[in-house]
Amino acid sequence: MKKLLMATAALAIGATSAFAETKIGMITTLSGGGAGLGIDVRDGFMLAIGQSGRDDIEVVIEDDQQKPDIAVQLADKMVQSERVDILTGIIWSNLAMAVIPSVTAQGKFYLSPNAGPSALAGQGCHQNYFNVAWQNDNLHEAAGAYATSAGYSNSFVLAPNYPAGQDALTGFKRMFKGEPAGEVYTQLGQTDYAAEIAQIRASGADSVFFFLPGGMGISFLKQYADSGVDLPVVGPAFSFDQGILQAVGDAALGVVNTSQWNKDIDNPTNAAFVESFQAEYGRLPSLYASQGFDTANLILSALDTAEVSDADAFREALRAADFDSTRGDFKFGPNHHPIQTIYAREVIKEGDVFTNKIIGVALENHADVYAADCKM
Amino acid sequence: MSTLLIIEQVLNGLQFGVMLFLMAAGLTLIFGVMGLINLAHGSLYMIGAFAAAAVAGATGSFVLALAAALAVAAIAGALIEITVIRRLYGKAHLDQVLATFALILIFSEGTRWLFGSFPLFLNIPDYLSGPVALPGGIQYPLYRLTLIAVGLLVGLGLWALIERTRIGIQIRAGENDREMIAALGVDIRLLYTLVFAIGAALAGLAGALVGAIQSVQVGMGEPVLILAFVVIVIGGIGSIKGAFIGALLVGLTDTLGGIFLPELFKLFMEPGAATQTGSALASMAIYILMSLVLIWRPTGLFGARA
Repeated sequence: MKKLLMATAALAIGATSAFAETKIGMITTLSGGGAGLGIDVRDGFMLAIGQSGRDDIEVVIEDDQQKPDIAVQLADKMVQSERVDILTGIIWSNLAMAVIPSVTAQGKFYLSPNAGPSALAGQGCHQNYFNVAWQNDNLHEAAGAYATSAGYSNSFVLAPNYPAGQDALTGFKRMFKGEPAGEVYTQLGQTDYAAEIAQIRASGADSVFFFLPGGMGISFLKQYADSGVDLPVVGPAFSFDQGILQAVGDAALGVVNTSQWNKDIDNPTNAAFVESFQAEYGRLPSLYASQGFDTANLILSALDTAEVSDADAFREALRAADFDSTRGDFKFGPNHHPIQTIYAREVIKEGDVFTNKIIGVALENHADVYAADCKM
Repeated sequence: MSTLLIIEQVLNGLQFGVMLFLMAAGLTLIFGVMGLINLAHGSLYMIGAFAAAAVAGATGSFVLALAAALAVAAIAGALIEITVIRRLYGKAHLDQVLATFALILIFSEGTRWLFGSFPLFLNIPDYLSGPVALPGGIQYPLYRLTLIAVGLLVGLGLWALIERTRIGIQIRAGENDREMIAALGVDIRLLYTLVFAIGAALAGLAGALVGAIQSVQVGMGEPVLILAFVVIVIGGIGSIKGAFIGALLVGLTDTLGGIFLPELFKLFMEPGAATQTGSALASMAIYILMSLVLIWRPTGLFGARA
């Protein structure tokens, strides 16, 4: 069976290079509660492909419904029958863990526009796996660094009880110099935080750090604002992205969050990206959209210097990361994860629209701690 | 752990419980009267929340938003009863599960098509926002107190409807023997549509009330639906009283379990591991409660039949 698979893969490479066309498979979340993230990644990615003006690139897009088993089926289909050269698109770390090791083992390239589980950054790293967004811990580490610099000494920390949630609290505590006043794991998908807010009130903390992506964060912030507890809140960008801020409303105003990207990062690529994204889709881009856009531009830059069929040359071209990123300078560390500056942003209101503004640097040229374990 | 914290958590548990009751009441009524397993009940909850968010966005009035949630969910309920559900009464439960699961998918994607993938904004009105001071110095959000009051009032109203009105008599009779009441000249089709619409309206009301403090998004109904099923199994299928007691039990167990189990484990484990084990066990607490109740009373607390 394995031989047969390899033969098909070899055939696939032969067939595509014969037409000199590059085929990219995008598996992302386009339905269900997490669809906003996948749609932003897809739109950012397709914007860059459209702007390149190349007609020799075909992108196959499929919806994983945020389910690992469906993502695995789609990946098999893309590798075996669609015969794609490059895969990308997965949002969630549990789906990434189910798909990436198997596709890279089959000789395909995988570029992650979002998920960066620690298992794939350390011992599980692979020469064909590149992460264009961040390693999962990064934004939480930045939040810990920011909380320390803001003078907080006993934050109350909470996150959902699943691997990325545990990584989040580990990351925060790695950079936080104080002692957490309390540590709570909530249920994944929990919608009511009254019990946790009561604990925060009783804990005597001086600030709150939370990682609750998507709808969980909306619920938490609205209930927190209504509870009368007025401790300052710090979190990663995931609960404050452009897609959900409008649903949180005034409750988010003034909250500091950490992100590797914001629409006011001052460079020509970013300005052009924000403007063209708004013109194309009629809404402000989120950090997910910027990650999709950067991923596509990285692929395009590598295709300019090498064919995908020449895997070694193409890999070198990706590693060079010679493209204009919306984040300004962009470079990969030894484990193919970005070394980048992470900013502290504050939620503000521009006219009727809630958005973020950079207020400072949380971590400069930050690399993840797992790189040392990566042997490629 | 102070007494104040415990009282506040009990209030939280009550509030969660009465909202679950609104969902579970409709579900148990529909199952009791028509023998139908309605998985799409969570979609009606979502429809209520979206209708409320849309109307609140357009008019700015929370009361109008609630009225819209009730009306839209009731109409949606009546429509699906007439077009789809009506064909399922005589069928096996598996067919009902399949058909109503299909309805979930249709409603979810339909809502996404209408409103987009991003969560909508629905907020607490100004006159209900902020905390109030309760006797003993507890600061508790006014909105959550209002939810408890609304839930209890709806419970009372439902009891009066079932026990004290002519329609209530027909509903109870329909539960016991549907051929007989049809033979007595009651329009059973109309009665079924009505019961379904009442159940749907309650789910829509719960969605709108809870949507104001949570996020209004596609798929918000399914997690609540699972809990509502746990509630009606504990309370006894078909019993409104059972649904009420079951909902409060589940609400209190879930809330208090989440607080006290990690604390309990801290007595003999190191704090980090205790929070993780405690939280993991807390998420199982209601299912453990359910199995204990079922061992003690296989038909649920107030269930008449298996």
